Amino acid sequence: MHIEYTDEQNMLRDSVDKYLRDNYSFESRQAVAKSGEGFSEQQWRTFAELGWLAMTLPEEHGGFEGGALETMILCEAFGKHLVLEPYMETVVLTAGLLQEAGPDIHEKYLAGVAEGRVQGALAALEAGRQSSLRHVETRAESCAEGFKLSGSKCTVFNGPAADVFLVTARTSGDAYSAEGISLFAVDAGLPGLSRRDYPTYDGRHASELWLDGVTVPEGALVGEPGRGYPVLEKIIDRALLALSAEAVGAMDSLLAATVEYTKQRKQFGKPISRFQVLRHRMADMFMEIELTRSLMLATAYKLDQNADDASALVSALKAKVGKSGPFVGQNAIQLHGGIGMTEELSVGHYFKRIAVIENLFNSRDFHLQRYMRLTCE
Amino acid sequence: MEEQEFRDEVRRFLEDSLTPELKRAGQLMTSVFADFDATMEWHRILYEKGWVAPDWPKEYGGPGWNITQRYVFQEECKLANAPALLPMGLQMLGPMLIGYGTEEQKNYYLPRILSGEDVWCQGYSEPGAGSDLASLSTSAVRDGDDYLVNGSKIWTSYAQHSNRIFCLVRTSKEGPPQAGISFLLIDMDSPGIRVDPIVGLDGSVEQCQVFFDNVRVPVANLVGEENQGWSVAKYLLEFERGGQNFTVDHKKQTAKLHRQARAELNPDGIPWIDDPVFRNKMASVEVDALALEYTELRIKGALEAGANPGALSSLTKVMGTEISQRFNELSVEVMGTFITPFQHEALQPDFEGEIVGPKHGLTVMAEYINNRASTIYGGTAEIQRDIIAKRVLEL
Ligand SMILES: Cc1cc2nc3c(=O)[nH]c(=O)nc-3n(C[C@H](O)[C@H](O)[C@H](O)COP(=O)(O)OP(=O)(O)OC[C@H]3O[C@@H](n4cnc5c(N)ncnc54)[C@H](O)[C@@H]3O)c2cc1C
Repeated sequence: MHIEYTDEQNMLRDSVDKYLRDNYSFESRQAVAKSGEGFSEQQWRTFAELGWLAMTLPEEHGGFEGGALETMILCEAFGKHLVLEPYMETVVLTAGLLQEAGPDIHEKYLAGVAEGRVQGALAALEAGRQSSLRHVETRAESCAEGFKLSGSKCTVFNGPAADVFLVTARTSGDAYSAEGISLFAVDAGLPGLSRRDYPTYDGRHASELWLDGVTVPEGALVGEPGRGYPVLEKIIDRALLALSAEAVGAMDSLLAATVEYTKQRKQFGKPISRFQVLRHRMADMFMEIELTRSLMLATAYKLDQNADDASALVSALKAKVGKSGPFVGQNAIQLHGGIGMTEELSVGHYFKRIAVIENLFNSRDFHLQRYMRLTCE
Repeated sequence: MEEQEFRDEVRRFLEDSLTPELKRAGQLMTSVFADFDATMEWHRILYEKGWVAPDWPKEYGGPGWNITQRYVFQEECKLANAPALLPMGLQMLGPMLIGYGTEEQKNYYLPRILSGEDVWCQGYSEPGAGSDLASLSTSAVRDGDDYLVNGSKIWTSYAQHSNRIFCLVRTSKEGPPQAGISFLLIDMDSPGIRVDPIVGLDGSVEQCQVFFDNVRVPVANLVGEENQGWSVAKYLLEFERGGQNFTVDHKKQTAKLHRQARAELNPDGIPWIDDPVFRNKMASVEVDALALEYTELRIKGALEAGANPGALSSLTKVMGTEISQRFNELSVEVMGTFITPFQHEALQPDFEGEIVGPKHGLTVMAEYINNRASTIYGGTAEIQRDIIAKRVLEL
């Protein structure tokens, strides 16, 4: 496999990295994280102006028709610079799912996403059984106006800012069946919708969401009734690539910071980078990161090719991130010693983001099993 | 007294004196420290009962328990969710003064540690001297009957709550670095001391940086001889490392993990505790914890026989902390996305609002984060392995 970036892709990589290096310092990131906003509106507008939000959207809505590779390039840079803005939630998940809907919905939201006016959030998990996207008890009943939605959702990342929620609700089937799950685009502010917002350990904001007979029109249905789960799975695969790429970027930064720090920190009369046990640890971190990067590149490539084994690769990648992520994060702290435990240093914040990523859309064991299921059967 | 009888007595006492608020503070611990006010309240209750310093000899105010009784007491307190007492006075300085202090020092300081009137912090580490503690540079220069202290200490746990600090300071630059260090007791309200809080990764302040600018300290506050501070400190470090009983912590973590794994469901809708893969991972940690439990019993046996457990105490520190970190990781895995809510206020014992997510998940992420420090403080995991290599294996 040889992945040749196009000129455009190379340009995107360089420009994203350059912009964030110059305009997204850790200090400004921290100021935003502490402001109670969750992300910077101003950065988000700039991301839109730079064309990043439109990168993977269809041309007729102002997009550039990019694919998984573009998503990967963006998210890797976001991870490297610890970007707070809800790209994964709004563009990868929300716009990704909306693209599976009919033209009315496209009209309504996609240009808005591309221009940075519309924010979105996925409301799919439910308390008590939050480890499975298939477990849906929220119900959607047909009614004269369209559908009436009732239930509750947990861990809705970007909930406080969302203009539209992508909600899974059951139109048929029992609580665990993949059949019978439908997807709805639910506008924030509809009667019957209520939220409790909270900050998260990685500096963002999320919500619990209650739907108390929220009425949506027929046209709010994304895809076919009862056939929402396969659509969701497809888009979650993209989100897993995005999250994993973010983790790779974060790991790169952690290793760079650790290498730099150990060269400069002196104990026992020499830089601690001279101690073999630390050298080996950093060599191990490097190897873990590069192996993860290889899977990341392969996964993006396979997704863009619509390859049969693309989903297996996605799970291989997420499983790998579930091992390399904590290994790199934990050791970055360990090798920094006391200073690694402070909120002043970026290292711990990368560590926390990686811990969250590890647990989003299932952790390592789930993906190992999914990998086996997809490759053995 | 028979062990069971003693255990019953301890249990009765805990039932009577641990208020729900104190228990709550114990349950909400996400590091080795509990809420400060609750800690000191519990300290005073134990003081009145005469049980505040189980490890001290009877003549200095200890209860006169044997090793088994001390072990049982510690176990019962932790299992009952009593807030942990501060170790700096009771576990570190106290035994050290008993071993090295003058009569005046013992008579003055020990009762105040017992009563809780004095709260001590440990001023060893410096910005430039962590693992290589002997390279410390905070200086104490004789000026009549005083020392003038200049420099800074860092990572000083609970300095913000302490009225006194015990410090290692440099009194000589001659000879090897260890030979010019002295052990000094310093009042935190002395002019010239400044305490800056350090915010931790979980958003709370447990450590501080302490600055000394021409701080006057009477020479009488020296413990041991001038330039003999290193041997005093080494004695203490051994206490810090070997004095911990990880088994009780692991038992608590096991119980907690089981509770979480029974309540939370895996992606197939089965409780995690019945998931064969997860069970295996749990068992793997629990077996290691069991092996450590028997190692601790071996150490206890050696202590009871009057022998020095020596380097075995380095083993318990490394293994105890690393096993504990693995428990944290499994809890994180079970709680899934419920690790994400940052609920700092809900971790305060007087919080009365509603929390996000299940109660058994509230502390999980903070514990995972904070416990990363356990392989750093008290001698890092790398340094401990070096000690084993050098002292035990004589490499
Ligand atoms: C939560 C917390 C509470 C603390 N409380 C106190 C307190 O109350 N009082 C106090 O005095 N101190 C306290 N400390 C400080 C603690 O003792 C030091 O952090 C510890 O000694 C490590 O020093 P350092 O942080 O400077 O790391 P460094 O010594 O700089 O170590 C950085 C890395 O280098 C490694 N390393 C260093 N030397 C070697 C070597 N020779 N071989 C191999 N690897 C090596 C270390 O293992 C570590 O991974 C606390 C620390 C923490 C995190």
